[in-house]
Amino acid sequence: MTAAAAVQLVLYLGVLLALAKPLGIYMARAYEGRPMILGPVLGPVERFLYRIAGVKADDEMDWKRYALAMLLFNFVGFLLLYALQRLQGGLPLNPARLPSVGPDLSFNTAISFVTNTNWQSYSGEQTMSDLTQMLGLAVQNFLSAASGMAVLVALVRGFARRSASTVGNFWADTVRGTLYVLLPLSFILALALVSQGVAQTFSASKRVALVEPVTVTSPKLDAAGAQVKDAQGNPVTETVTVTGQTLALGPAASQIAIKQLGTNGGGFFNVNSAHPFENPTPLSGFLELVAILLIPGALCLTFGEMVRDRRQGWAILAAMAVILAAFAAVDVASEQRGNPLLAKLGADQRPSATQGGGNMEGKEVRFGPVASALWATATTAASNGSVNAMHDSFTPLGGLAPMALMQIGEVVFGGVGSGLYGMLAFVIVAVFIAGLMVGRTPEYLGKKIGSFEMKMASLVILVPPATVLLGTALAVATAAGRGGTLNPGAHGFSEILYAFSSAGNNNGSAFAGLSANTPFYDFTLGLAMFFGRFWTKIPILAIAGSLAAKKMTPAGAGTLATHTPLFVGLLVGTVILVAALTFLPALALGPIVEHLQMLAMAR
Amino acid sequence: MPSRVQALKLAEPAIVRRAIAESFKKLDPRHMVRNPVMFVTEVVSVLTTFLFVQALRGQGEAPAGFTLAISVWLWFTVLFANFAEAMAEGRGKAQADALRRSRQELVAKFLSEPRHGSGWAPVPSRMLHSGDVVLVDAGDIVPGDGEVIEGIASVDESVITGESAPVIRESGGDRSAVTGGTRVLSDWLVVRISAEPGETFLDRMIGMVEGAKRQRTPNEIALSILLAALTIVFLLAVATLLPFSLYAVKAAGQGQPVTVTVLAALLVCLIPTTIGGLLSAIGIAGMDRMVQANVIATSGRAVEAAGDVDVLLLDKTGTITLGNRQATAFVPARGVAEEELADAAQLASLADETPEGRSIVVLAKEKHGLRGREVHGLGATFVPFSAQTRMSGVNLDGREVRKGAADAVAEFVRERGGSVGDDVRETVDALAKSGATPLVVADGPRVLGVVQLKDIVKGGIRERFAELRTMGIKTVMITGDNPLTAAAIAAEAGVDDFLAEATPEAKLRLIRELQTGGRLVAMTGDGTNDAPALAQADVAVAMNSGTQAAKEAGNMVDLDSNPTKLLEVVEIGKQLLMTRGSLTTFSIANDVAKYFAIIPAMFVATYPQLGALNVMRLTTPASAVMSAVIFNALIIIALIPLALRGVEYRPVGAAALLRRNLLVYGLGGLVAPFVGIKAIDLLLSALHLV
Repeated sequence: MTAAAAVQLVLYLGVLLALAKPLGIYMARAYEGRPMILGPVLGPVERFLYRIAGVKADDEMDWKRYALAMLLFNFVGFLLLYALQRLQGGLPLNPARLPSVGPDLSFNTAISFVTNTNWQSYSGEQTMSDLTQMLGLAVQNFLSAASGMAVLVALVRGFARRSASTVGNFWADTVRGTLYVLLPLSFILALALVSQGVAQTFSASKRVALVEPVTVTSPKLDAAGAQVKDAQGNPVTETVTVTGQTLALGPAASQIAIKQLGTNGGGFFNVNSAHPFENPTPLSGFLELVAILLIPGALCLTFGEMVRDRRQGWAILAAMAVILAAFAAVDVASEQRGNPLLAKLGADQRPSATQGGGNMEGKEVRFGPVASALWATATTAASNGSVNAMHDSFTPLGGLAPMALMQIGEVVFGGVGSGLYGMLAFVIVAVFIAGLMVGRTPEYLGKKIGSFEMKMASLVILVPPATVLLGTALAVATAAGRGGTLNPGAHGFSEILYAFSSAGNNNGSAFAGLSANTPFYDFTLGLAMFFGRFWTKIPILAIAGSLAAKKMTPAGAGTLATHTPLFVGLLVGTVILVAALTFLPALALGPIVEHLQMLAMAR
Repeated sequence: MPSRVQALKLAEPAIVRRAIAESFKKLDPRHMVRNPVMFVTEVVSVLTTFLFVQALRGQGEAPAGFTLAISVWLWFTVLFANFAEAMAEGRGKAQADALRRSRQELVAKFLSEPRHGSGWAPVPSRMLHSGDVVLVDAGDIVPGDGEVIEGIASVDESVITGESAPVIRESGGDRSAVTGGTRVLSDWLVVRISAEPGETFLDRMIGMVEGAKRQRTPNEIALSILLAALTIVFLLAVATLLPFSLYAVKAAGQGQPVTVTVLAALLVCLIPTTIGGLLSAIGIAGMDRMVQANVIATSGRAVEAAGDVDVLLLDKTGTITLGNRQATAFVPARGVAEEELADAAQLASLADETPEGRSIVVLAKEKHGLRGREVHGLGATFVPFSAQTRMSGVNLDGREVRKGAADAVAEFVRERGGSVGDDVRETVDALAKSGATPLVVADGPRVLGVVQLKDIVKGGIRERFAELRTMGIKTVMITGDNPLTAAAIAAEAGVDDFLAEATPEAKLRLIRELQTGGRLVAMTGDGTNDAPALAQADVAVAMNSGTQAAKEAGNMVDLDSNPTKLLEVVEIGKQLLMTRGSLTTFSIANDVAKYFAIIPAMFVATYPQLGALNVMRLTTPASAVMSAVIFNALIIIALIPLALRGVEYRPVGAAALLRRNLLVYGLGGLVAPFVGIKAIDLLLSALHLV
């Protein structure tokens, strides 16, 4: 890693941790309904919302009611989003006159946005109308994030409460998360992004003249759009000189703010944050990068605050930061080192005053290898999935890091809410083994971990890898699945593995290279997203309910301390080991063998 | 004690022989299905056997010899796990047999009326029910558990306790419980039977040591769930390798798809067979260690709870202090020689058979060479202690020598025209403040001085409490003494807290309070008035010498009736949990090396570059798979002694324990298989077996 890369990494983590503390405490106050800074302004709005919805914020729910409310809410969200896409052709705010979206893609996209995955099998500016983007996708960007945070808050209450039967009110938690956290932060970030030149307009597109006309050869099309063939049946080509281009525009900044903050990741434009209208300047790049991990990181401290032991929050944040830093270092180093095959051919990949060096395939020149690799790790550590470079074009190890971060289960920062509750499931497992090793019935934050918690935590840890492995197996075993890969050999396998890792863990980033908008992938990936999200959320709520009902054992010298570096190390080890044992064989057949092949060829 | 003798022999040939036979019997799928990890192993073993048969008929996917070897070692893995369980059970079974021999068919003397002297009829002991009353004469064996309602006798309880010295059993009080199978040596007892046939203490004890009705404990269940989840993860990881490998072969255009035999081998290597195979052995061995400590637990749950205890309630007398208070000093009044005081105090105590009285006689002899005298020889009359006078003493040659509580003696002296001097008053106050009990001695109207009675704290107990503190366990002393005395003894013994002037209700209240605060409470008790508190406590050790009510309220019985045993019980509980945790860590950490052995072996033909992962440089793909499977089977055998003995417990804090166990079993588990697999591979290729 170069010095510049190290500075970027340290600066990034520094800013992140500095912002996490105040935001974490603020969120705790918001969820606990305690007085806080935005209370006087937004309090009346909150109460108004409850009044029109007929919700009593202090109507406490047990975990089953809470889960039911959550499921119902998401199911209605899914139906609305599906309908909106299917009908968009006849609805207003469609300046580009885009047709309605097909059933399989609508299904996939609806699940994708409701599950906070934002896997996009389509290219945004060519498929979704402004209405669908704003009323459908952007709304789910907020609500899927808020519902993830609500489930987390319910779990935290489970730890904090003693001998209680309830875990909070889902409606109130969703409203508070949206109103007090997501909206204000998005508002600030959107304004900052507009100031950097991110598009925010209702005009569909702009026709501009090219600075330099380009001449291209393209197949000749007849009036019906079919290829014209000559007498021998070969396509006829013609030479065209292009003098202008159409720039797609739209209300991007407001979408991007929440896509980053809510670990959604679904870009307004197809190439996501590599697009100059989504991410024009180094500052906008940095702000978006910080926004990816800001809420997931701060929620750790919200957790510490709500269980009245801030050290616990810091310990989990530390474990996340350690894993992130390690993967980022590998990724940045790998991309910076470049491709040995190109080096063998005499390409200069060393960083210099005029170039960033390293592996530049699939990367924006504005960002270079370091910012791209840093983004790739952050976006896959969190279940964000926005990209500023094409992960498919990374070096094998550079591509392995994002893939592995997703396979870890999106618990390193992870999705807003979902990352921390997933991590807490790992904490339960780590505490269980460690607790036995010190000769006591395992307990965390004074709550004894019994077989019920173990069962549920096992589900949380088990379901995502199961969907990833089974989905990948199904895809490589069927012609429909194999047909989608762009590259032959091990890299093709990596593309499929990446897609299911992304969907099953609700990340949403794409490796590219896989043609995913086919009925097969739309459906299987849709199912993977569904299971990955809800089959973890429900067991988490069950844990919340069971923990809330327990008594709290005061800590003593015989209690395993869960805020020490030793425990942080144990947690990191558990997370890594579980993922490694699950995915090592698959990774060996994908990126690992690609890497070894590359080294062998470069020799 | 028979049980302790057996403990020394970990692998007695008879037990080993029986265990080998048992390990085959346990292959019954109905038994295996209780342990998901080993059940999967058995299923996979059957599968590979089938594959071997197929290979013999020339339709095999892999060479028949290789499939056979894998199959055999997978069967060994299952058998080794069964062997571990059978070994743990075997030790209990041997003890149970000895106990069963003592439970012979007896003829009880069934009394028509519940009193001595009424007529009796012979009734077989198995027909006795709760509430029946029987007569047990000298030489008879007590036909069933019960309560003595009449009589006093010496009883030989060596069958149960292994202690050959007879004990006294009598009606009323705290020594009224008798156990079926014990023998009355002298006199007679009338016993009301309190246990239904088949539910006697001896039956329970046999069931316990045999592990027959062993129910899985909460932590064991939780751990089994985790192990099952891991098994599913590995099942998925291995099963999906088949399509992955087919795809890889197609993509690379070379090599062979991975065989089911190798996948089966990989699966068994990955699933946590080490801990899965040893799990029930660890549980049984934990119970066994309790039995060796001469403690009978009514359930495995109780043993496990012992490890979680964070408050110990300890009776002062007998646990913290030696028996009773003892005289430790004579403080004479002004103008009185110490020897005169000692002489009078001794005189007043000669006929006093209480431990306090005897200790005064002894102290006088030790300090002043005053020999004990025969009261009747002196022509003295003994005035015994009564609750009204709160004094005792002798009348001798017109002298009235008394010892007693300060105010009682002051009253006695005033009646005779004397008075208590200020110096004596000061001494009394000072002694009371220091936690001692002052006894004032008077001869008629003349006050001679004060005898200091003190509780003697057991040697080494302070250190034990300090150890407990580092383990995170709080000690609370329970005493009937006043708070002042209690505080002084508590400070001397180094307990964390005390409950003075304790009544049974106060004890119960304290336990409830602690439990509401989320603490787990352990206590010992022997009296009937301890029963409510024993029933409430999470871990309740009843003394075998105690009453039937106490024994029934508790969830453990200490056959040695040693209250300090509670500390040992806690350690055994902790050891049980630690052994499980440590072997789980070891088992999972092992998998890393197995991947490095098997993955390159599986795919090196398809992707030669994956040979780089063969960091152990194993000879051939076949030897790599074989070595991993053999290591996986042998490690179970190698760890049986550890599973039976338990991981060593040290009274240090949780952090230090975790660090140590992570280092030994985590890091050790990571490294050991690399060494082991390499060694087996070298051996296999040296012997040209692969």
